[in-house]
Amino acid sequence: MITKTYTILSPEGIHARPATALVKLARQYESDISMRKNGKQVKLDSLLNILALGLKGGDKIDIVAEGSDETQAAGAIDQFFNEQLKHL
Amino acid sequence: MKKVIQFKGTGVSPGISFGQARLIRKNKNIATGVLLRNEEETDAEIERYVAAVTRSIEEVRAIISQAESMEAAGILEAQVELLNDPQIERDVFEKIRAEKKNANDAVIEVTETLVDLFRNMNDEYLSARAADVQDIGNRILNNLNDFYQAALEPFPANTILIADDLTPSDTVTLDIKNISGFVTQTGGKTSHAAIIARSRGIPAVAGCIDAMQEIGDDDPLLIDGETGEVWLHPDDELMNLFTTRQGAFQKKYDLLSALRDLPAQTHDAIPVHLYGNLGSAEEFNSLFEYGGEGVGLFRTEFLFFDKKTYPAEEGQFLFYREIALKSRQHPVTLRTLDIGGDKPLSYLSMPVEQNPFLGYRGIRVSLDQPELFLVQLRAMLRASAFGKFRIMFPMISSLEEFREAKKLFAQEKEELRKRQIAFDENIPVGAMIEVPAAAMIADLLAKEADFFSIGTNDLCQYALAADRMNSKVNSLYNPFHPGVLRLIDRTLAAAKQQNIPVSICGELASEPIAIPLLLGMGLREFSMNPAALPGIKNIIVHTSMSDARSIYTRAMQCGSAAEVISILNQTHHDH
Repeated sequence: MITKTYTILSPEGIHARPATALVKLARQYESDISMRKNGKQVKLDSLLNILALGLKGGDKIDIVAEGSDETQAAGAIDQFFNEQLKHL
Repeated sequence: MKKVIQFKGTGVSPGISFGQARLIRKNKNIATGVLLRNEEETDAEIERYVAAVTRSIEEVRAIISQAESMEAAGILEAQVELLNDPQIERDVFEKIRAEKKNANDAVIEVTETLVDLFRNMNDEYLSARAADVQDIGNRILNNLNDFYQAALEPFPANTILIADDLTPSDTVTLDIKNISGFVTQTGGKTSHAAIIARSRGIPAVAGCIDAMQEIGDDDPLLIDGETGEVWLHPDDELMNLFTTRQGAFQKKYDLLSALRDLPAQTHDAIPVHLYGNLGSAEEFNSLFEYGGEGVGLFRTEFLFFDKKTYPAEEGQFLFYREIALKSRQHPVTLRTLDIGGDKPLSYLSMPVEQNPFLGYRGIRVSLDQPELFLVQLRAMLRASAFGKFRIMFPMISSLEEFREAKKLFAQEKEELRKRQIAFDENIPVGAMIEVPAAAMIADLLAKEADFFSIGTNDLCQYALAADRMNSKVNSLYNPFHPGVLRLIDRTLAAAKQQNIPVSICGELASEPIAIPLLLGMGLREFSMNPAALPGIKNIIVHTSMSDARSIYTRAMQCGSAAEVISILNQTHHDH
């Protein structure tokens, strides 16, 4: 199991477009990937659940990946939060 | 002639429109109350739901393929994702299997819960997503009932649509070419109608609460998408106002759109940086709209006014972090607290002074009360992890002052390192040049500062010993005085020698006739009120460096401000 903490750097938080991209990305891996904020944990398979977390710029979240390809999944998530998110 | 009725909403897409109203009313979804009797029926309902979702997805995909803008396609992609959402499916199945509801009622209830959840979110964007959820709920229901919404008949030219709120599918399926405006009773800047309206350049007003009670089909309407004003049955006077405002808007819009994305460079391709002077994080929107590349002067005073006590570190940190996030990684120069006896703070002991501008102000206050200054520096440093900050000290008049301020800054960095708190290690520290003595020792300061910012307003009044608020002497206040120009010139030369950047954040930077002169002096960074940026950019792109240098050479030989101004005016009119 891999757990990593990220800070949301985009000012508007995680909106529909980045959340959609995140769900699509998570779907490419077999591992279970979930997101945790203030003790509330949701699976990344649901756009609705991600939006319902109401993530704002500056919020800290944990990403938990568990499964056969968790290393690759965590790498892709890393890339997503550190790079892609800026352009979405 | 019918009476004029005025409504006030929020302007969400700028521009002025006149047209005929067309109301769009929606039918409410009413629950059936049917309860399922056995497993056979629940299975059948689940099958019916899955089929309706599949059809809904096909419909949305078909709309995406015809969507004209990226924005519209993006909104609809998110809808496909919501239709596929496993959580919605789990919730609907639960209602059908455990609560024995039929598919229609299950969808209505799940949608209602979600719409409430989003609507109550403390975030304008997310509460606007309630419309997406409502939209997919309606679409599934339509498919469950095998009922396809009849297409709206084409609109006549200059139609202004009035609705409670427009759903994403409404906004992309509408025949938009004859629509000259939107008015919605709910929603805000991030609702779909607003997004689509802005992307198409159609004026829109949202949150116009009672619009649908008073306005009827074909009523004449005038709307201003900037101020949020809506007039029913406008009279001649209003129609004149409409023409004036429309002309002004078109002029501003043309200039803005022509200039915004144009690189800021002189006619002969020397790059120049154009920054804004801001005082609050909300102003970033207009800064970017006017083509600003960052902030040359961020005044932090607003954080300190109207408070009973000195703001604590956490509150300051959140204020600066908001700035970092809103800046979208563009450079921002933060000025540390710059107050004096002319605008005292109740919680800082500020003596009543005879001469507040020559008194206890700016960096002098900060160095005198280092325990407070350190809190500000710490909060700024912590927030620097989120953006591209530069820190600037105001009212520097000597090398010692600058060194002392830098020492406190270094001390705070070391403290954060020890506590392993993230901050930008390479954050530049600069001096504001606004005291004539600082301009005179710019060569010495330039060796120790990472950048300069020239505050021409104070520099000018200190250099000329003339208070520009005093009507008896304000005619003496003139930034084109050869003495003031020499101070600026000297500062620029000293910075060039040490290869550090300089900007001007005073009013001179947005004075049209001064631009070629400042370019000729070597200035490459201008910072001003964001609304002035397009006009100044327009001058820069029409100025060549060879002209700028010759204007500079001639201006520096003049014996008086009047002579300088006459040269500048002459060349200004040549354009």
